[in-house]
Amino acid sequence: MAAVAEELPMAKALNAGLRAALAADDHVLLMGEDIGKLGGVFRVTEGLQEEFGVRRVIDTPLAESGIIGTAIGLAMRGYRPVCEIQFDGFIFPGFDQITTQLAKMTSRTAGAVPMPVVIRVPYGGHIGAVEHHQESPEAYFAHTPGLRVVSPSTPNDGYWMIQEAIASNDPVLFFEPKSRYWPRGPIDFGQSAAALHATRVVRTGTDVTVIGHGAMVANLLQAAQLAAEEGVSIEVLDLRSLSPVDYAPILTSVEKTGRLVVCQEAPGFASIGSEIAATIAERAFFSLESPVLRVSGFDTPYPPSKIESFYLPDADRVLEAVDRALAY
Amino acid sequence: MADVSPAVQFLSIDGTFAPNEAAEEYLPYLNELSEADHRQFYRDMAITRRLDEECTNLQRQGQMGLWPPSHGQEAAQVGSARASRPQDVIFPSYREHGVALVRGIDIVDVVKVMRGVSMGGWDPTDPKNGNFRNYCLVIGSHTLHATGYAMGVQFDGLVGTGDSSKDIAVMAYFGDGASSQGDVSEAFVFSASNQTPQVFFLQNNHWAISVPVTTQSRTPLYLRPRGFGIPSVQIDGNDVLASYAATRKHLDDARAGSGPSLIEALTYRIGAHTTSDDPTRYQTPEQLAFWVARDPIIRFAAYLRSRGADDTFFAEVKTEADDFSSDLRRRTLELESPDLAVIFDSVYSETHPLVDEQKAWLDEYEQSMKAGL
Repeated sequence: MAAVAEELPMAKALNAGLRAALAADDHVLLMGEDIGKLGGVFRVTEGLQEEFGVRRVIDTPLAESGIIGTAIGLAMRGYRPVCEIQFDGFIFPGFDQITTQLAKMTSRTAGAVPMPVVIRVPYGGHIGAVEHHQESPEAYFAHTPGLRVVSPSTPNDGYWMIQEAIASNDPVLFFEPKSRYWPRGPIDFGQSAAALHATRVVRTGTDVTVIGHGAMVANLLQAAQLAAEEGVSIEVLDLRSLSPVDYAPILTSVEKTGRLVVCQEAPGFASIGSEIAATIAERAFFSLESPVLRVSGFDTPYPPSKIESFYLPDADRVLEAVDRALAY
Repeated sequence: MADVSPAVQFLSIDGTFAPNEAAEEYLPYLNELSEADHRQFYRDMAITRRLDEECTNLQRQGQMGLWPPSHGQEAAQVGSARASRPQDVIFPSYREHGVALVRGIDIVDVVKVMRGVSMGGWDPTDPKNGNFRNYCLVIGSHTLHATGYAMGVQFDGLVGTGDSSKDIAVMAYFGDGASSQGDVSEAFVFSASNQTPQVFFLQNNHWAISVPVTTQSRTPLYLRPRGFGIPSVQIDGNDVLASYAATRKHLDDARAGSGPSLIEALTYRIGAHTTSDDPTRYQTPEQLAFWVARDPIIRFAAYLRSRGADDTFFAEVKTEADDFSSDLRRRTLELESPDLAVIFDSVYSETHPLVDEQKAWLDEYEQSMKAGL
């Protein structure tokens, strides 16, 4: 069947992806705070309770450990729960269940008990929110063996990756860049752009490779556009999967450009960017013309929202690093 | 320390059958029990204690990293486990060796965990393992798994069908220490909210390692779930008949669709928290003596004698328990450490390149070491 292109914002694309997953498998359940009647605080689950009923789309009590812990029990019973954590900074009451139970149940049972649980987490800044509503905690989860961690950057990836995450028999932390919930983008309902854990080249270039995930990708594309106007050719990669990382496209790109800048909203210390920088330094040492550079949020608590635009790396901060890379 | 008399009790401390007022509503559940059932309770408790001694000895001899003894809690465990039906699903903490035994777990599989040769020990999905889930070492975490599982049972329509061979109840075991964990309160909330077919079985053994139950709660623990809308009962946990009858009723009610309930079994950890512990640092000899006088096995033996069990029966059980423990010892000593490479095999259910790369690297590294010799 020919692909039908339609422009949707990511929130609606995710909604369509969740609807497709609920329709495809009776064992898929959605659970979280305010996801039923209200449709979620970002309206990602809008209309789904009405369509699939209160048994399939569950408004839970307000307790994140309870949401994750009961999802684990439901997965043991053969269900495929998709949990919504309302905001990034509120995942920590569920951190113990995620890291000590969800991540380890499969290895604890020598593979007998898979954990097909998805945890959706709206994350990141740019929305003028108060404390705990703008964080990027993905590295905590990527550090934990047994979890998969992904983040879509476009509506099309939102539509497909949520379905692929739900189809996975492993637990998937699904980080949704909330500043990208509203911009529209085309959806190809016929075919996914890439496998769930694939890194994608989203703009080709020859001088410097820049890579990031989630909301950062739009930033990188803007930086590449600005650089092109000054005659610098930037290749932009969308990481998409933070655990596992698909290194082959990154290595191919770096072998071509000789320079890599890794970008993220999260604080830089012991982060996804650190891991990629270390790995590329190990594996592509002789291709590199300059050190791998990182552009990150500062290693401070996230600031009050009126100054978040100075805290978050923007295209200028990316280009500053690109200039440094080119200066070697 | 309060005496245990207000709780449901059938057998007085000396083994006389003297149900108290609280026990009256549970009396009908004892009528179903044959003499053989009674003797099976004793056999289960005696074997549980014997295996506990054997495992403690094995740990002392360096054959196990750790052993958490269940000594003193045999009646609470065996009575409640014998009250469950085969289709019920059990979420233990990590001291429920008596429950494991009754549900059909090979105790060597428990030993594997404590010896450090296996992560979880047994496959909880294998029918031979009696729907007994794996031990959970993060205190209280599994109560939420039990509640989620029970929600799944509801979604599957296996509550209140009227078919007692089909309806499923879920039982989570935890202790007085766990009652302070947030997860246990969240399990109460989710369970009450969803009216799950579930029994919370709280063994109040009076100690969370060295901290007494009075530090965990200023109110009797069985009262706590009532604030969550969950009915509850307190029983003499050292009376195997009380444990059986109360659990029978509450599991039946859960299967029938009455929602969750909690049983607080008052018992006592006669031994240490684990073999790494020294209870003489925090427990007085008087406390110990008080509870040794309430030993669940001695009490039940006296009751069985009053019903006609003779020396021959007790000698048979002793032989059976000795045989069980020597078999356990022999098979423990035969356990071998797994190959390191197995740690990569079930981190994920689906392939994961990082894990695959590291497994391949380890293999290459080991080959290179051999080649270097």
